[in-house]
Amino acid sequence: MDLFNLYPALTVLTFWPLAAALLLAPIKSDLLVRQTTLVISLIEVVLAIPLLGFKSQAGFQFLEVIPWVEGWGLTYALGVDGISILMIWLSILMLPLCVLCSWTYIGRRVKEFHVCLLLMTTACVGVFSALDLVLFYVFWEALLIPMYLMIAVWGGDQKRYASIKFFIYTLAGSTLLLVAIVALRLEGGTFFIPDLMSKTFSFRFQYWIFLAFFLAFAIKVPMFPFHTWLPAAHVQAPSAGSVILAAVLLKMGTYGFLRFSLPLTPAASAYFAPMMIAISVASILYGGAVALGQSDVKKLIAYSSVAHMGFVTLGIFLFSQAGVNGAIFQMLNHGVITGAMFMLVGAVYERSHSREIVKNLGLGKYLPHFMFFWGLFGLASFGFPGTNGFVGEFMVIMAAFQESLCLGLLVIPGALLAAAYILKVTLKMAWGQPASPQGRNWLDLKKKEWAYLVVPAFLVIYLGLAPTGLLNLITPSVKDALATFEAKKNLVNLIQVSSPTGRPQGLIIEEDLSPEAPSASERVPEEGK
Amino acid sequence: MDRLNLQPGHLWPEIIFLALVLLLFLASMVKSKKTAEALLKLCPLAALAAAFGAALTFYLKSELFFGTYRVDGLSQFFKILVCLGYLVTWFNSLTQKTVSETQKPDYYLFLTLSAFGLILLSSAAELVTIYLAMELASYSLYILIPARSRSKAAAEAGLKYIIFGAAATALALYGLSLIVASQNVTFVKALAGLDWSISGNPLAATGLCLFMGGMFFKLALFPFHFWCPDVYQGAGNETAAYVATLPKLGAVIVLIRLATLLSPETEISTILACLAAASITYGNLCALAQKDLKRMLGFSSVAHAGYILVGLVPGTAEGLAAAAFYAMAYILMNLLCFWVICRISADGRNLTYEDLNGLSARSPLLALTLAIAAFSLVGLPPTVGFIGKLWLITSAWDRGFDWLVIVVCVNTAIAIFYYLSLFRHCYTEETIPVGGAQSLALDTGAISQAGALLLGLLVVVLGVLPGPVWNVVLTASKSILP
Repeated sequence: MDLFNLYPALTVLTFWPLAAALLLAPIKSDLLVRQTTLVISLIEVVLAIPLLGFKSQAGFQFLEVIPWVEGWGLTYALGVDGISILMIWLSILMLPLCVLCSWTYIGRRVKEFHVCLLLMTTACVGVFSALDLVLFYVFWEALLIPMYLMIAVWGGDQKRYASIKFFIYTLAGSTLLLVAIVALRLEGGTFFIPDLMSKTFSFRFQYWIFLAFFLAFAIKVPMFPFHTWLPAAHVQAPSAGSVILAAVLLKMGTYGFLRFSLPLTPAASAYFAPMMIAISVASILYGGAVALGQSDVKKLIAYSSVAHMGFVTLGIFLFSQAGVNGAIFQMLNHGVITGAMFMLVGAVYERSHSREIVKNLGLGKYLPHFMFFWGLFGLASFGFPGTNGFVGEFMVIMAAFQESLCLGLLVIPGALLAAAYILKVTLKMAWGQPASPQGRNWLDLKKKEWAYLVVPAFLVIYLGLAPTGLLNLITPSVKDALATFEAKKNLVNLIQVSSPTGRPQGLIIEEDLSPEAPSASERVPEEGK
Repeated sequence: MDRLNLQPGHLWPEIIFLALVLLLFLASMVKSKKTAEALLKLCPLAALAAAFGAALTFYLKSELFFGTYRVDGLSQFFKILVCLGYLVTWFNSLTQKTVSETQKPDYYLFLTLSAFGLILLSSAAELVTIYLAMELASYSLYILIPARSRSKAAAEAGLKYIIFGAAATALALYGLSLIVASQNVTFVKALAGLDWSISGNPLAATGLCLFMGGMFFKLALFPFHFWCPDVYQGAGNETAAYVATLPKLGAVIVLIRLATLLSPETEISTILACLAAASITYGNLCALAQKDLKRMLGFSSVAHAGYILVGLVPGTAEGLAAAAFYAMAYILMNLLCFWVICRISADGRNLTYEDLNGLSARSPLLALTLAIAAFSLVGLPPTVGFIGKLWLITSAWDRGFDWLVIVVCVNTAIAIFYYLSLFRHCYTEETIPVGGAQSLALDTGAISQAGALLLGLLVVVLGVLPGPVWNVVLTASKSILP
């Protein structure tokens, strides 16, 4: 392990793609650009090998802390714990797959495309490993520009609309995040996240910080009323863009809830938990129901993402070991499965030049290998036992039942809806009768396509059958985070007990509490947690 | 305080610019074209020398000319920026053919005179001196703006600037007289300890507001901004680049010195906060609707004037330092924008968004640097605009102006649309309209590339490693606070 201390793994992983992007500058030939990027991305995977030395324990590992602007308390701080390690692996793993799935899909401005991919990887790894609020914000915003370009340059017919909507929506969400960061700095005295986590803030402060965080993260996830940018962005983005969007970008929102909302604003998180659970359930049901009615495959997967991410936020805000573990596991699963499904849609789009389901019928006959993968990821997507999707979803649903029977019963239709829309589209695509037999001339999967589909397929089955290894990695961090959370959330219980007057509770400062308020017992059950 | 204390060693930038002004004055009179041209070539060298001189005298602290003139870290910091801006403007003017040959020496004479005025302004520490230096800088501009030959819009812009400028000057003078009448002193340092509350000394507070109004005119702060978009649009690209940057810098330094009067905060701080919020919102909303790039930048500068003012509101050393830092950021971002605009518009025409279409293919470097400037203007990391804004809002939040911070941040979401348009047209729009600036040859010479690269690097590097500059401005602003 001493060796690893000398090797700044996270810095290298973060900035290698950025530095390597410069290597692409002098290259003229498109093919060479693709090959070089593939090599760069494989090197990135190799560079990530030291991260396998991640120990199953709480606290941050691979820490790198260097003063950045001393006068202002900015630090350059990177580190990983059980919550972020899976996301970093996922971001790095997606890069070579994205290069491969764009090999023939992207035909123009190839160099710029690959520079965008590399920049995105830098930003993704940076977001998940930053331990300084400002550094986090830097990476968080830095991701927008390459993602915007990806949709706006290589997107479909409505690329302008989708890309601008994406950019403005997500940027607008994160403006208040900056305000929250500044407020935390002045209240907590530092931008360094581990230090901030050890502080306790007043409830009134937490209330507003939580809301500011919520807006930024809920838009990114996206949670139910804030999801409208996602279908547009997904449908218009090229398949590599969709893959990164689904696999990594959405996870930033849920990661934000876990990393910031729970530890920094525990009392407010507990206070808002009923609302968060309600919105999550709404996301699950609404996303599933809308997905059922889609005729565009990409839109269908996009809405299914809304539903799946609902499971993640639900798991987080149940505050139980199973719930949070399941949520983190589901983040990884959704990244792998949905990423793979978008790659498949990209592959079939290259053949049929359409994303409409009716233009992609009878594939069971024409593209049997393709349908095999589609079936596998489809099953994983609705949580068929034996696939990784089952493990994550099962844990979250179990946690929901532990919480209350009603909640569990509300979530079950969501899981059923997932089965319904996936089976419906799979049925049509596999056995539907196409209007013209144009599919006869399509070639089944090529070697490159096999290459980028086998990796997620392996993960789907491996993680489905043997999830314990990864779960053991994340459990200590989650346990630790939940223990701290339990210790600090009580601030809010105190307040609920003592606010019989019916004033808006968020505006009550702890000072005016009187714990022996008479009608307390009537109010407690209403608010749940 | 009561002695002349003339130390030439402290006045290198002033002496160099004064000499340059005199030389250019001679050049405007000689008949021989060659001599005039040779003299014009001296300008960038002199600017570099002056910047160097300012850097050499950076750590000095002295009061000259009976205490009316202060040489300190802050003044030298601004002088370096003025020299940089002057240098960039000079290079911009080489590519623009809008000033007729015979007027060239005069054009440079007044440009230099204006920069000289700003250099004096950086150090002025007494209200009458401030006023005189400011007028020296402004009167030259009255002549520069209509210099775009055979352009009616330029004439209109010039007229507008003179009329508005005269009105603002009158206001400022009136305010000055009120201040003198009520406080009986004009030295900023002596004024700092006095009572500026409206209840305690209404005459002085009114006077200060009016005097600041004169500065707000230069800064193009809402509601003193009406000249700004028209002047940007009417003046030549290179002149607009100058008007957009340096005179505002002058206004900022005066406001920073005056803001020391507002510490601890008074009612005037609240007025400033409201003006800042109004200016930011109004500027951004108006910029949304613009098609002409320079007009858009005009409204964007109205918004940025508001941002700078945010730093003056709290009246703390951090706030003043943040304002100074953001002024520098503003200068760099705008110089970069105008640098690219001047390179694209080879015949000096005004550009629209469509003229940027396909720029990323025609000149990757210019497109990239314009993108950097655009994102820095929005305040996206990792640029100097982001760090500057972060410090502004931190210092405002620190003194309880949380509503102002929220206004600033929400405005980012409004502003992103039109800055994104800059980026969007460079990178994603590929249809090229007929007869646009694309038909012109792009200036991609070595100087053009080097300048863009240098300014772009400054914007990014100062955004990533702002520590040293921040320490400088922080020490400087601590030293001017009482």
